[in-house]
Amino acid sequence: MISVADTRVASARRPPRPARSLARRRTTDRTVTALLLLATAASVLTTFGIVLVLIFETFEFLRVVPLTDFIFGTEWTPLFDPKRFGVLPLVSGTLLVAGIAALLAMPLGLVIGVFLSEYAGARTRSIVKPFLEILAGVPTVVFGYFALTFVTPNLIRPLIPGTDVFNAAAAGIVVGLMVLPLVATISEDAMAAVPRSLREGAYALGSTDLEVALRVVVPAALSGIAASFILAISRAVGETMAVAIAAGSTPVLTLDPFRSVQTMTGYIAQVSLGDTPQQSIEFRTIFAVGMTLFLMTLALNVASQVIVRRYRNVYQ
Amino acid sequence: MVTAPEVSGFVPPTHTPMVALRVPEPLADREPAPETLEHAFELHGLSAWYGTSQALRNISFDIPKHRVTAVIGPSGCGKSTLIRCLNRMNDLIPGFRAEGHVTYHGEDIFAATTDAVLLRRHIGMVFQKPNPFPKSVFDNVAFGPRINGYAGDLRALVEESLRRAALWDEVKDKLSASGLALSGGQQQRLCIARALAVEPDVLLMDEPCSALDPIATYRIEELITDLAHDYSIVIVTHNMQQASRVSDLTAFLLAGEERTGELVEFGPTRDLFTTPKDQRTEAYITGRFG
Amino acid sequence: MSVTAADRALWRPRVEQRRRTGRGFVVLCYAATALGLLALLVLIGDTLVKGAPYLSWDFLTSYPSRFAERSGVLAALVGTFYVGLIVIVVAFPLGIATAVWLEEYAAPGAVKSILQTNIGNLAGVPSIIYGMLGLAVFVRALGLQRSLLAGGLTIAILVLPIVIINSQEALRAVPSGLRHASYALGATRWETVRHHVLPAAMPGILTGTILALSRAIGEAAPIILISSIAFIAFLPESLLDSFTILPIQIFIWVSKPQEAFHAIAASAIIVLLALLLAMNAVAIVLRDRARRGTRW
Repeated sequence: MISVADTRVASARRPPRPARSLARRRTTDRTVTALLLLATAASVLTTFGIVLVLIFETFEFLRVVPLTDFIFGTEWTPLFDPKRFGVLPLVSGTLLVAGIAALLAMPLGLVIGVFLSEYAGARTRSIVKPFLEILAGVPTVVFGYFALTFVTPNLIRPLIPGTDVFNAAAAGIVVGLMVLPLVATISEDAMAAVPRSLREGAYALGSTDLEVALRVVVPAALSGIAASFILAISRAVGETMAVAIAAGSTPVLTLDPFRSVQTMTGYIAQVSLGDTPQQSIEFRTIFAVGMTLFLMTLALNVASQVIVRRYRNVYQ
Repeated sequence: MVTAPEVSGFVPPTHTPMVALRVPEPLADREPAPETLEHAFELHGLSAWYGTSQALRNISFDIPKHRVTAVIGPSGCGKSTLIRCLNRMNDLIPGFRAEGHVTYHGEDIFAATTDAVLLRRHIGMVFQKPNPFPKSVFDNVAFGPRINGYAGDLRALVEESLRRAALWDEVKDKLSASGLALSGGQQQRLCIARALAVEPDVLLMDEPCSALDPIATYRIEELITDLAHDYSIVIVTHNMQQASRVSDLTAFLLAGEERTGELVEFGPTRDLFTTPKDQRTEAYITGRFG
Repeated sequence: MSVTAADRALWRPRVEQRRRTGRGFVVLCYAATALGLLALLVLIGDTLVKGAPYLSWDFLTSYPSRFAERSGVLAALVGTFYVGLIVIVVAFPLGIATAVWLEEYAAPGAVKSILQTNIGNLAGVPSIIYGMLGLAVFVRALGLQRSLLAGGLTIAILVLPIVIINSQEALRAVPSGLRHASYALGATRWETVRHHVLPAAMPGILTGTILALSRAIGEAAPIILISSIAFIAFLPESLLDSFTILPIQIFIWVSKPQEAFHAIAASAIIVLLALLLAMNAVAIVLRDRARRGTRW
């Protein structure tokens, strides 16, 4: 039997309702939300910053140098007279190095990816995966050093005696090593995502391991594998230190990997290290080249995203 | 020939504990006398382990040719393990071990001289969930013949296989469409066509209808009945009505507390479902457990 | 269906041949993997062999000089340390906060996916472009000149996308049941994140941040644009002083024609690799320690 007196005593003993505390908690929640949103703005600002800087400086550059000269010109001599502002030699240098890197990293990376996904046991994986991570974590200056002091004298010069000290081949080889982990791990992820039931279906028809791997799994994972290739090329195109050290600083439109060339990134580094006055057209060239570089890598990255989104297989 | 079901007269199978036995017409006149038939498989004391846990113990029975043999039992009793032994698909699972003998056309399939790759060509398999390759319909069916070095007319073989799987009419104009674009029931028939394309003589089916809707299920059951004229079929199913509709013989498996499957009873389907010899069989088919 | 002898002849499975090809492919796999492994070993080995002789306490405590024998990495080490500090102070809170907002607060929709794509694209922008951004914004517009602060901020912006992506993954790995339990008890969103989600995701976030820091320490390209690569033979005393970092010092020495400088470049590389190794070891230890504290 509960009397009225009892309830009054009971309510006196009950702790006070935390009405004020709840309001404060709500304010804290709202403040934090605003702060987090502000933090997120940093990434948006970065993109705006990059785009605006590049557009503005390129615009200033194009006021002096016609766009057609820049895009289609085959000589790049902005620092000497007669000044020529054709970017093609730099682009060709970049593509030459990136091409050699891709030639090395794509087949090697794909085979390693297939190996990890379809063949390797747990013990092998526990050796290979850390090694890939280490390879991916070595700073690019180290690769540049390796290219100049080891690859050129010990690997390339003995085979092709006329090779320049700075050459595209050495740079391409080490950049290939640099992006190899990218191809291997992304391809492997793509292949691991192929459902087991597909492999079983192929085995049940009397396939060997190789046929299951190459005729079922790799085609099924093709969009991811293609994306890994494109991303590797994008990384190779944007690489600076290794090529600045090993590829050379002579912009020339050539397909010969055994001579000195200059990449877009190498040129930007060269000018920055020099004493070209900052407001001059010569200095502005680095932004024009930077814009070209940015557009190229952006196009490649977007292409890889589009390929994955459109061609990825959806299994019921 | 398989025709589409007439919607007005079609009654979807119900899942009631009491078995409504309906013996399909084409089999009614056959005399199921297992002792007089040739055998596709002869199992003698088959036992299987995944690592240290035993999945099957001492399974012995004979699977006849040109008949449909059903393997039924509650989940976890080892039905899938059993049929995956027959085409050595369990070899793909690390830690798997089998003992005993399984004879296929007189040869021990576990012998060291037996090539599993060659064996699997002659023993086709259809899986629980349809698993067509992400390739065109044509390439799906042509995959098996291509890797097995078929030197004849590939187009004719693909067409023949799709006809046998009762899928030709539906895909003949879209052979280059992706296999994944078909409906669930069509995908499963594509998988059947794919399995038939390598000209096996046995077809193993691991719960082929469990991922399909009732209409697709019905069509595949009709197909199975039809295929039994030319192939030996072993079908694993957890659906007793399906087993009673479709099969000539039934094997009932049960797993004890150790989760090791044992053969409880094996015999003509009609007999096993109407007059089971073992009380466990009777308990299962009348729905007291499972 | 009976298979006649004529039918059987149409099938040429050639199993043994296909098996042999398969075995050949496995050999190719091992060869490819071994080649990659060998390349890494040769790289490290060659550097060790060439650089170890010049490693000494003097090397670690001297400034660069015109003479290779008297040069050292002190200025570079200190610069690297300060840059790392700035990156930790700037990039990690910003990055983790962004990740928290994206994963815990943002409603799925156009805004979130645009932000997500943007961050993905930023992660793929070449590092030298970040140098241009840093030059225009930090050095010029904000008037920081070619200072430690400008360099540190630039590197921080560079690794920000990596911190965000890694932290997002760590947050995503936290089971949603944990959040639901917290909400069901009447907690606000921030309380849930702060007391439950973040602590649970901490091991992953920590590992991710160490990864980002490793990347930050190895980066040189943006600093080429920011720093005056003049002779830095002193230690930065304030955030606005000039500075140099280890990768840049290596770059300078490698770019010189004299063999002696190439040798000390190798020594500097050993120092850099040792630093990265130490950081990653700390990361693994931290991750294991934090992991032991959380049990689902």
